Amino acid sequence: MNRDLLLKIELRSDPKALYVVRGAVERLAETVGFAAAECRSVVRAVDEALTNVMRHCYCGRLDQPIELYFRRLGRQSKAGRKKGLEILLCDWGPAVDPAKLRGTKLNELRPGGLGLRFIRQAMDAFEYERVGKTNRLRLIKYLPPEKSSSRSMRSEA
Amino acid sequence: MQIVIRRVDNATIVDVSGDIDLANSPEMRKTLLHEVRAKGSPRVVLNLSQVRYIDSSGVASLVEGLKASRDIGSRFILIGLSGAAREVLQLSRLVKVFEIYDTEVEALEA
Repeated sequence: MNRDLLLKIELRSDPKALYVVRGAVERLAETVGFAAAECRSVVRAVDEALTNVMRHCYCGRLDQPIELYFRRLGRQSKAGRKKGLEILLCDWGPAVDPAKLRGTKLNELRPGGLGLRFIRQAMDAFEYERVGKTNRLRLIKYLPPEKSSSRSMRSEA
Repeated sequence: MQIVIRRVDNATIVDVSGDIDLANSPEMRKTLLHEVRAKGSPRVVLNLSQVRYIDSSGVASLVEGLKASRDIGSRFILIGLSGAAREVLQLSRLVKVFEIYDTEVEALEA
């Protein structure tokens, strides 16, 4: 088992689960050491990513599987290694057209398309890949350097 | 999420509380469009002071309400933006697109 795995969540594609996931992710982000504003960013990114899966990959069906893996980054204090949180979101819907992962232009007054923008704003890295029949969205948020080192002392104490 | 609708003078006040996300933003969208289009209210004031979280689908509902009101020449006003709501509107750079006031009194007098 991956010792850096902090949490795994399996859920169905029912939007009612979003509220529960947001609560869990906020507590987890706090545990990793993110400040309140950063926790909200992580929560927003996960929520928007799940929303996209439910709406676009599963087209509103409520019973389709989704898995979320939360992994601590940089647990060992190696020089130059950033600390933070990696989130892997897996679904088994149709492959996503990467061209549709750009998000809407800001100041464009039209509903929709904001979710991806929010994810990109919230996270430091955003990668999509198709592995077999699985869509894998990888999100990374790094701790600020000073926070990273103080957290390192706490977590290694 | 809970929605309460009040009539004050010729304005419709929509008090929303709780989280607005994919599970309930369709309900908010339907309510807003009904008040703007079917009821033809000349001034719809959306009170977001008790909103703890709003996602992109919620913001999209606000944009639809605004566009519908512009279509019929009415006003669509946001009041009491909670920290969460203000943060999301700033991220989406829509703060300047909406007519926003701190209080209901200000919105009714504007």
